[in-house]
Amino acid sequence: MNLRPLAAKLGITIILLIVGVLTMSFIQDAGHGQKEEPTHTENAQDESWQTEVEKEEYNAGKKIIEHITDSHDWHILDYKDSEGHKHHVSIPLPVILYHDGKFHTFMSDKLWHGHVYKGFKLATEGPDKGKVVKVIEENLINPEIITKDEGEVDHLPLDLSITKNVLAIIISSILLIIIFVSIANRYKRREKQAPKGLQSLLEPLIVFLRDDVAKDSIGEKYERYMPYLLTLFFFIFFNNLFGLVPIFPGGANVTGNIAVTGVMAFFTFLITTFSGNKNYWQHIFNAPGVPWWLKFPVPLMPVIELIGMFTKPFVLMVRLFANITAGHIIILGFISLIFVFGNIYIGLGYGVSIVSIMFSLFMSLLELLVAFIQAYVFTLLSALYFGLASEEHH
Amino acid sequence: MELVSPGIGLIFWMTIVFALLIFILGKYAWRPIMKALKERDEFIEESLTAADRAKKEMKELKFSNEQLLKEAQEERDAILREGRKIKDSIIEEAREKANEEADNIVENAKERIENEKKSAMIDLKNQIADMAITVAEKILERELSDPSKQKDYIEKLIDDTHLN
Repeated sequence: MNLRPLAAKLGITIILLIVGVLTMSFIQDAGHGQKEEPTHTENAQDESWQTEVEKEEYNAGKKIIEHITDSHDWHILDYKDSEGHKHHVSIPLPVILYHDGKFHTFMSDKLWHGHVYKGFKLATEGPDKGKVVKVIEENLINPEIITKDEGEVDHLPLDLSITKNVLAIIISSILLIIIFVSIANRYKRREKQAPKGLQSLLEPLIVFLRDDVAKDSIGEKYERYMPYLLTLFFFIFFNNLFGLVPIFPGGANVTGNIAVTGVMAFFTFLITTFSGNKNYWQHIFNAPGVPWWLKFPVPLMPVIELIGMFTKPFVLMVRLFANITAGHIIILGFISLIFVFGNIYIGLGYGVSIVSIMFSLFMSLLELLVAFIQAYVFTLLSALYFGLASEEHH
Repeated sequence: MELVSPGIGLIFWMTIVFALLIFILGKYAWRPIMKALKERDEFIEESLTAADRAKKEMKELKFSNEQLLKEAQEERDAILREGRKIKDSIIEEAREKANEEADNIVENAKERIENEKKSAMIDLKNQIADMAITVAEKILERELSDPSKQKDYIEKLIDDTHLN
């Protein structure tokens, strides 16, 4: 092992960092110096912006959670105009509520800035923060959220809104359909010919899933599971990649949402259970090769196997959710570092940005790998479970 | 907590969208793609086997061709050799025969010449004898009619003979 180049690179990096921090502090100092002159209005504005930022408490944890959780609007960016007013740029999304036997449908911009619309409001704090809640009718002038203990009616309506994640799922699904149906047409048109363009980009993945995932794990009956496995893989893979794109229509933390991964794991569970043959159920309730006293009078093995039926998809759900969420949190954490340090001293923020950008770039590259690996692992394990459920006696 | 508590709405939409996605992609994308891939794989495999077979056949063909060529060459050589031999022998034989024939002819000719010569001689002798007899007859007829002249003639004859 030759550690010399590595050490040299590390040294160069550290020197660059120090130089960067010093330069940034110097530039900032210069700005401060210029600020004293009244003729430089632009700099004065910069200063006012800086002071305002310094006044605001930057809560990294809150920001990160806001980014990775679902929401009723698609937040694009915030900016301040020359007068220092803060503007939010968001895409309003449809809110669909079912409450007291009635459907309520409206766009989420009606609820922005704490507005109450049709008796609903977006909770800004508490355990239901970010959710649409019902407010007490009499209290409309000064709306208060009914908490579960006080109110007789459930203050949480059934929320079937098209949220950010739902929209992201729909967008990526439409994209998947467009891509793969066009590829399928290409296959029909160019029968028995070498793949071309997008087809040749995705064909290795399809063939890999067929030969190395499905065939190896399931065996001869792999063909009937292929549509599910391919959909699963490409859905996870595409959404993982979209999650890494910071601007619309990317950036939604779809595969890092436990509801999404849960639904996919549930599909795997359903297919596993329904494709279970006699052999599979025998393994669960009366595992061969296990001493009888493990099954009777206390059915230890059957209980363990039965629990195993549910832990397998549960683990699938948690693994994907945790991996993707963790990746997002780490990247957002590095980005937040810039603002946390910027709040202390703006030059420090610029200095730290070099390190932060490098680390989040590194993490993003790592996440590209994770995006593939997690999609692959979810698909492979699903295929293995199908294989276990449908394999013949060996 | 909000991270690990799934939203009902999201579960609802995700189930619908994902089920639809599986259905649509399964019907309009995966089925034709898998079919096309399978067909292409089979086609490639078939083509490869066919190519392999053709290669083998060609090899055999080439081998047999070479064999054939070699055999033909050998045969040609053999035929040529044989032909040359036959030619030589024919020439030799012909020459011998010709010599023999020539010898025979010469011999015959000689014999015939000898015979002819002999017969000619005999003929000549006979003719001469005849002529001599005739001459002698005529001479004798004429000369003997006149005794003086007979005498002269005889003398002359004797002179001639003497002169001869």
